[in-house]
Amino acid sequence: MNISEKILARASCRKEVSPGEIVEANVDVAMVNDITGPLAIETFRKIGVKKVWDNTRIVMVLDHQVPADSAKSAELHKMMRRFAKEQNIRYFYDVGLGGVCHQVMVEKGHVRPGELILGADSHTCTYGALGAFGTGIGSTEMAAVFATGKIWLKVPETIKFNVAGEFQKFVGAKDLILSIIGQIGADGANYKAMEFDGPVIRNMNISDRLTICNMAVEAGAKTGIISPDRKVMAYIKKRVDGQIKPLKSDADARYEKIFDLDVSPLEPQVACPSSVDNVKPVSEVEGTPIDQAFIGSCTNGRIEDLRVAAKIVKGKKVKNNVRLIITPASREVYLQALREGLLETLTEAGACICNPTCGACFGGQMGLLADGETCISSSNRNFTGRMGSPKADIYLASPATVAASALKGEITDPRRL
Amino acid sequence: MKVRGKAVIFGDSVNTDVIIPSKYLTTLDPNELAKHVMEGLDPTFYEKARGGVIIVAGKNFGCGSSREHAPIALKHAGVKCIIAKSFARIFYRNAINIGLPVVECVQILEKTDNDDELLVNLAVGEVVNLTKNLRLQASKLPNFILEIISAGGLVEHLKRRLGKNGKL
Ligand code: SF4
Repeated sequence: MNISEKILARASCRKEVSPGEIVEANVDVAMVNDITGPLAIETFRKIGVKKVWDNTRIVMVLDHQVPADSAKSAELHKMMRRFAKEQNIRYFYDVGLGGVCHQVMVEKGHVRPGELILGADSHTCTYGALGAFGTGIGSTEMAAVFATGKIWLKVPETIKFNVAGEFQKFVGAKDLILSIIGQIGADGANYKAMEFDGPVIRNMNISDRLTICNMAVEAGAKTGIISPDRKVMAYIKKRVDGQIKPLKSDADARYEKIFDLDVSPLEPQVACPSSVDNVKPVSEVEGTPIDQAFIGSCTNGRIEDLRVAAKIVKGKKVKNNVRLIITPASREVYLQALREGLLETLTEAGACICNPTCGACFGGQMGLLADGETCISSSNRNFTGRMGSPKADIYLASPATVAASALKGEITDPRRL
Repeated sequence: MKVRGKAVIFGDSVNTDVIIPSKYLTTLDPNELAKHVMEGLDPTFYEKARGGVIIVAGKNFGCGSSREHAPIALKHAGVKCIIAKSFARIFYRNAINIGLPVVECVQILEKTDNDDELLVNLAVGEVVNLTKNLRLQASKLPNFILEIISAGGLVEHLKRRLGKNGKL
């Protein structure tokens, strides 16, 4: 079996499962944020069960609209705090304490290899980077999980991507996953698992692996996953307590399809408006004028991303009439960036640093676009209206490409700076 | 279980950000959400949908954000069923869980025009285009999913299972 099948087999107390089978699985951890949480809570109350199935396995994070950007979101936050208190939810990350939910889940040790984690957020697939089966569900389904601790899941087919070669300078994880989505399309892995392996993946740090698994859902995938190795174990050792039972794909595991990819010729990639699979090499869109550049989100708002950005803009100035918005993905990332002097470097270059939040990525607050404006963003979605006006254009790229573009005021190949 | 209504056609990869933009997510009121449904794609949709319609679409319907506000807004605007070539998986589950029938039918887009009268037989997995007098094969939903839909959604379904002691 491959890793996804093994985790689903374990979660449903079976020896073996195969693709297409529907299993009833026990959920290890369930996560909600301030957009999906209130609806889940409201629905939970309608079901009529008094207590959640396990108050130690639910994680609640305020991230999309923090600090509250309107009286309405403040009400929703209040509702979540009340519920957490009433149900004695052990892990509640309030304003200032957490950050973007997926980053918080990973760095606070809620993601353990071998476990089944459900989040009421589509990018829950991120957790596969640590060898967990993470998948997104809606609020009603989450209410049912709160009540029962169980969910029905169809065992997915898995597409495997073996990645070899060597990245050019300033080309990396984001460019790889954008190019994969460009190749297979926005529904290229619909209902399926995407598994990543090969020397390039093995060489990658955890941050890059998170970027890759995070975007699996943009190809429709149920999860993105990587068999855990020593790097993963070293990363989680500091963060997770209790026993860990990692699972890995067998050497003879079955896959629906296997892609062999070579990253050596890959140039920086850009997803053009208004779908994530509209991917082009940067050379084809170079020179497109921009009004805003955004670095943040659960895709690329980690310390490694801020380091790249700081390196590129150090001692230089963001182009006149361009906003560079930087939103560290979590409190931990923010603190680390503070300690390393990155926030100073970025601010000196003209960046506007925001508190950890989904913010601009979600089109909620802190960096929305006006009619006719163009933004290049390190986030994961460029849908019409995603970042404010439906008449704005969004390009997705790596933090390096975004930072380079901010300096020149137009889409720029970071290798040429 | 049968559903009947006039067809309203959309294309491929209709994402949940356009079904209901993030700026409206601060409300949990389904009727308020419904007023803004599909606003970006078709500002007249809310008017059209009242009284009940069936959405016909291409592949990957409902991709993107997991927001359940999207199927809720559609349902409360008057959408009785969605027939698409394929659905994004979270949207598919969300729709079933709130009792909005979703049916996969490969030929649907080619064989349907706006305002055609459609009759969907969920239990059998068939779409009948009454205007054109055509029968199309569609996905048949497993029984446990039909049970959820006929209960009106997952909440009602669970309520039926709930014991007197408040335990499932
Ligand atoms: S950062 Fe963006 S993609 Fe990630 S959880 Fe927040 S809104 Fe969603």
